Amino acid sequence: MEDTILKVEGIRKQFPGVLALDNVRLEVKRGEIHALVGENGAGKSTLMKILTGVYRKDAGKIEFKGKEVEIHDSKSSQEMGIGIVYQEFNLLPHLTVAQNIFIGREPRSFVRFILNENEINQKTRDLLDMIHLNLDPRTKVSSLTVARQQMVEIAKALSFNSEVLILDEPTAALSESEIEDLFRIIRKLRNNGVAIIYITHRIEELKQISDRVTVMRDGHYVDTVRTQDATMSQIISMMVGRVIYESSPEIPENASDETVLEVKNLNRGRVIKNVSFKLKKGEILGFAGLLGAGRTEVTRAIFGADPFDSGEIYVKGRKVNIKSPSDAVNLGIGYLSEDRKRYGVALGMNVEDNIVLAAFKKFLNYLGWVNRAKTRSATDNMIKLLSIRTPSLVQKVKNLSGGNQQKIIVGKWLTADTDILFFDEPTRGIDVGAKSEIYRLLNDLAAEGKSIIMISSELPEILRMSHRIIVMCEGRITGVLNPGEATQEKIMQFATKRE
Amino acid sequence: MNGIKTGAEQTATLAQKQFQGRSIFRADVMQKLLAFASLILMFIIFTLASPNFANFDNIVGILLSTAVIGVLAVGTTFVIITSGIDLSIGTVMTFSSVMTGVFITYWKLPIPVGVAGGLVAGSLCGCFSGLLIANMKLPPFIATLGVMMISRGLSLVISGLKPIYFVDTPVFNKIAMGTVLGVPNAVLILFAAAIIASLILSRTVLGRYTYALGSNEEAARLSGVNVGAWKIAVYTLGGMFSGLAGVLMASRINSAQPALGAEYNLDAIAAVVIGGTSLSGGEGTILGTVIGAFIMTVLINGLRILSIPQEWQMVVTGGIVIMAVYLDIIRRR
Repeated sequence: MEDTILKVEGIRKQFPGVLALDNVRLEVKRGEIHALVGENGAGKSTLMKILTGVYRKDAGKIEFKGKEVEIHDSKSSQEMGIGIVYQEFNLLPHLTVAQNIFIGREPRSFVRFILNENEINQKTRDLLDMIHLNLDPRTKVSSLTVARQQMVEIAKALSFNSEVLILDEPTAALSESEIEDLFRIIRKLRNNGVAIIYITHRIEELKQISDRVTVMRDGHYVDTVRTQDATMSQIISMMVGRVIYESSPEIPENASDETVLEVKNLNRGRVIKNVSFKLKKGEILGFAGLLGAGRTEVTRAIFGADPFDSGEIYVKGRKVNIKSPSDAVNLGIGYLSEDRKRYGVALGMNVEDNIVLAAFKKFLNYLGWVNRAKTRSATDNMIKLLSIRTPSLVQKVKNLSGGNQQKIIVGKWLTADTDILFFDEPTRGIDVGAKSEIYRLLNDLAAEGKSIIMISSELPEILRMSHRIIVMCEGRITGVLNPGEATQEKIMQFATKRE
Repeated sequence: MNGIKTGAEQTATLAQKQFQGRSIFRADVMQKLLAFASLILMFIIFTLASPNFANFDNIVGILLSTAVIGVLAVGTTFVIITSGIDLSIGTVMTFSSVMTGVFITYWKLPIPVGVAGGLVAGSLCGCFSGLLIANMKLPPFIATLGVMMISRGLSLVISGLKPIYFVDTPVFNKIAMGTVLGVPNAVLILFAAAIIASLILSRTVLGRYTYALGSNEEAARLSGVNVGAWKIAVYTLGGMFSGLAGVLMASRINSAQPALGAEYNLDAIAAVVIGGTSLSGGEGTILGTVIGAFIMTVLINGLRILSIPQEWQMVVTGGIVIMAVYLDIIRRR
């Protein structure tokens, strides 16, 4: 086709232990919004990182405007005219909007090392006008909302005269009205001839915004279709392929009536507003909502990681005063952070040390020394119980896969005899196979009588795993859904129900 | 459709936000007012407590001692804004004054050349730290700790453990101690250095990248900023200010004292932090640092005037530093 701007064929990328991309292709035309869909771990982000020069491809070819090109680094990709807005923004919070957009290529005055601040601001104003964004270029980025920060990223990507603009899950953290704004801007850019690659998890957005859809699965290319020719269920079945997500929930039914954790009127500033709920023994309670809805904040407050303003917490019927995580652990609460690398595991330490980390007291002998034999056998037990794949006990945790790291954290909390477990995005950044193992593990734990709160932004995951679902929006609980009545649409309605 | 804001409402809230953003309650403005107010308050307290505090000679003394620590602190401000640290500034200052002594007294070079040599010596030390940090990926704390020891040792070796006096060149003493309308040159040099540093921070590429490195180094790198080279530039600039402080110091006491210096490291860093520069990087101003330096010297001077023993002065100064930083943490919450 003559107006094809970007054509990618036979791309292959191998990471240690994982074949991330295998014979992937993608073809994007000028002036189209080309959606790229697939489950987590399908390889979308890896493919985009190859296009933007973050990773090097192992095989395959990339054609840009009909010529084969090699993309060496992010600079060469930018100069070619490929812009990207990552899910995690790359902004400098202390700098202004204009300073962020022109970082690394500031307009200079006649004396070369002096900045021309007027020109930076003027050029930024022009860019912002182009996408109809009413924003002072001199505003500090840290004072902007997430949606506005994203617009700044888009403006920055456009400032390179990008002809291909990649948006990686741009709506993940936005409200309905903000999404409308974003879509308006995206359509305008398309009408100006920009090719847009739109990565999303939200199937319902495809009909609204995309012209064509390419589906990826497990690092492979599945198909490209015109959005208007396909039904949503066709696209979903292409994404899922061999059934990894069973449609019906596979949760154990033995959630009892015994309440193990009760929270009454929890408040913290503007992030937690009047949150009350009960967690039953053996229950998996799903917390759904958009990013920033306050789910993580609630669990962190209960766990004693953040202070809260008011509210009462009851554990197994007793009112408790949790001031720090160590209080929570003593009461049998364990917390698995969404950010494993920062809060979950000690990456530089080995498997054994991580597993016994929260329960050291159990392993001290009468002199106060650590009893290595005991820690070793406890670790061995966990490795067997959770089927952790590690060459040895003394393997450093940073060398293991995300799924195995997650299991080690679970092992740590089980070793510490906790029976109320908070899982914050337990499958984030874990590949599909390991995901189902984590699901099985959660089910087994619940079946044994452990009580679980699972925070997840993936609706299929929430629907499949939870006995009950609590939906939050802007710090409030906006809905509680019982099994059978929950659907993706209902959750999204509650998740965007603002005051 | 309740709950969805109209465009106009959104613009209104945004306008409000921007208004708040520019108001006097902005955190950095508050910090400077707070710091300035405590400086004035301290001044008043010491004036009331002792008749000897607010007299002309003593104030000139305060200004003079602020000149050295102030110039050091101004240079370190750049480094700390990048979320780095430089522990070697005080000893590099001494090294520079020893080198100035070598150039002028031993080698009989003209004074301007000797002064320039002192600045170059400081810059080279800074550049060396920068290379260790940017190219060999040493943590700034360790790299500059090493440079601190090296520069201290070299000062002693080169001087043969003896002070170098500038007796043959009486003009050298005028660099710091000459006066314009009663104000010592050293103080004017501090203000000139502060103004130039302030312009570098706000108007030049180097200043912009100083903030960028501290704000989000990875984002700056992905935007095509050569972070390594700019880091070296920042440490070199910091070294140059240490060199300037070294020349001022030597000129003020009319000699290069090789054993001096180590205690200046932390005093200067304390001044920067009291002045509102965040050790986690990305924010900070020269004005704040200058105020911070004055707070440090007024405090030390005032305590001495009240004849509080030196060992207790240290205890009080330490307490003030802790309090200043703690107030800053509370304010940021």
